[in-house]
Amino acid sequence: MNKEDVLILAIESSCDETAASVVKNGRTVLSNVISSQIDLHKLYGGVVPEIASRKHIEKINQVIEEALKEADVTLDDLDAIGVTYGPGLVGALLVGVAEAKAISFAKDIPLVGVHHIEGHISANYIENLELEPPFLCLVVSGGHTHLVIVKDYGEFEILGRTRDDAAGEAFDKVARAIGLGYPGGPKIDKLSKEGNAYAMDFPKAKIEDAPYDFSFSGVKSAVLNHINKCKMQGEPIVEADIAASFQRCVVEVLVEHAIAAAKDYGIDKLAIAGGVASNQTLRSAMEEACKENRIKFYHPSPIFCTDNAAMIGVAAYYEYLKGTRHGWDLNAVPNLKLGER
Amino acid sequence: MKILALDSSGLVASVAVMEDDTLVAEYTMNYKKTHSQTLLPMLNEIKNNIQLDLNSIDAIAVAAGPGSFTGLRIGSATAKGLGLALDKPLIAVPTVDALAYNLYDTGEDTVVCPIMDARRNQVYTGIYKFQNHELVIVKEQDALSIHELLEVLNGIGKKVIFLGDGVPVFKETIRENCKVEYSFAPAHLNRQRAGAVGALAGIYFKQGKIQTAVEHQPDYLRVSQAERERAERLAKTENA
Repeated sequence: MNKEDVLILAIESSCDETAASVVKNGRTVLSNVISSQIDLHKLYGGVVPEIASRKHIEKINQVIEEALKEADVTLDDLDAIGVTYGPGLVGALLVGVAEAKAISFAKDIPLVGVHHIEGHISANYIENLELEPPFLCLVVSGGHTHLVIVKDYGEFEILGRTRDDAAGEAFDKVARAIGLGYPGGPKIDKLSKEGNAYAMDFPKAKIEDAPYDFSFSGVKSAVLNHINKCKMQGEPIVEADIAASFQRCVVEVLVEHAIAAAKDYGIDKLAIAGGVASNQTLRSAMEEACKENRIKFYHPSPIFCTDNAAMIGVAAYYEYLKGTRHGWDLNAVPNLKLGER
Repeated sequence: MKILALDSSGLVASVAVMEDDTLVAEYTMNYKKTHSQTLLPMLNEIKNNIQLDLNSIDAIAVAAGPGSFTGLRIGSATAKGLGLALDKPLIAVPTVDALAYNLYDTGEDTVVCPIMDARRNQVYTGIYKFQNHELVIVKEQDALSIHELLEVLNGIGKKVIFLGDGVPVFKETIRENCKVEYSFAPAHLNRQRAGAVGALAGIYFKQGKIQTAVEHQPDYLRVSQAERERAERLAKTENA
């Protein structure tokens, strides 16, 4: 390790993954350990906050120690500790925040609180060394749907956001309705391959005066109504067709909004981020649309799309360079706004 | 032997440093700010005021439950982070035991009964006495209805000293249903204090009752609401 290298230990516990990572100079991931709780939450059809928080405290030290070991560094080598402090489930966030604060306090290492979405966006820097702001980023996950201009590292202009359900949330709800279970995204993506994406036309919401905002509750309701109608009229419910048609609708809206924004603002770089960014249909549709419009397309590998700490380490690095430091009173902020510090 | 003790199990946030038989520093706050914002700044203030070298600590003690689920996790995560960073063991002190240890040598005819408001009409409680100058558990800490607890106390038949944040909530119920002589501990003794956590931890440490920072987790005494409701649902379908 070079003396000028900046090493950051990052911790993420905002939802149902306990994660720790060591990142070098904001671009090189030395370790990326994720302890997933999905199997626990499957029993309940979604993330149960109290169960998530309990699992975090059970696993967090082990995950951190593994991350340090895998990276072959000790706490004494670190320049900063980055931690997600919002948005997310407050009880879950608090575990990571209290742990990170205690370690940085005991070791006298600077503490950098990180916005979870800034982390997701920053995941794109890991495998695309040439990518630098400004660029447009579509963040889509179970909890978030944002269309953002990344003006500089840590500087954002939000063009659009969802008015109701997040895209991933709509996937989960539709998946539950057609009996696929939790988490819905990957299951719908898989089942869609066997279905006809044009079997049904579900509505695509347009919001007046807010061309980049999203709304997914309408399409979700339309799917539920369709299922009810089939049941009442005794018609067969073709799950694969429903999944494929629903997914086409959501993907088209996401792609249309993102491409429109890129063109309107004259941006020639477009990235996607968040859990739904590993959806294959979204990836290929976005790639194709970008190609047509001569926009360079970026996306992280699936392992950096899901909640992970490597992305938090990358974001923490750029915040660290900007001088962002947090005190021992850092709290979890469940509704933290992007760009807020 | 130097012990750093934390208690954020209830409304009180408390930090103490204990060196052998001396309480070197104790900072207790019963105010509405969240523990996440107060606990570490309080420790930092103690550290600066007594020029505490964190590496000189032998163990980190924490009130490990029961209590507010979130409060317990803030205390435990702080203790686990300190333990990991300093490479020191943790001592998990049962919250109710530590509350009882606010008192001492209360006499043969008296029991100590901390009560913490556990919501859902229950209290986190336990029953204790002192024998040969040691804290002895008469009834292990548990979540009980106040009426159940009072029945047990009436059955034991000894004088009772009540303390804890459950006292203001259940004072009337106690007045109406407690058949034995009782009293309430005064303000300086009736809430969680890290000093008591540290003092008990000192005894545990000598007995070898320590944990690694990795293995420590709070003892909630209760499953989560979602787990409880699921178990109830499953039991119902089984019976049907």
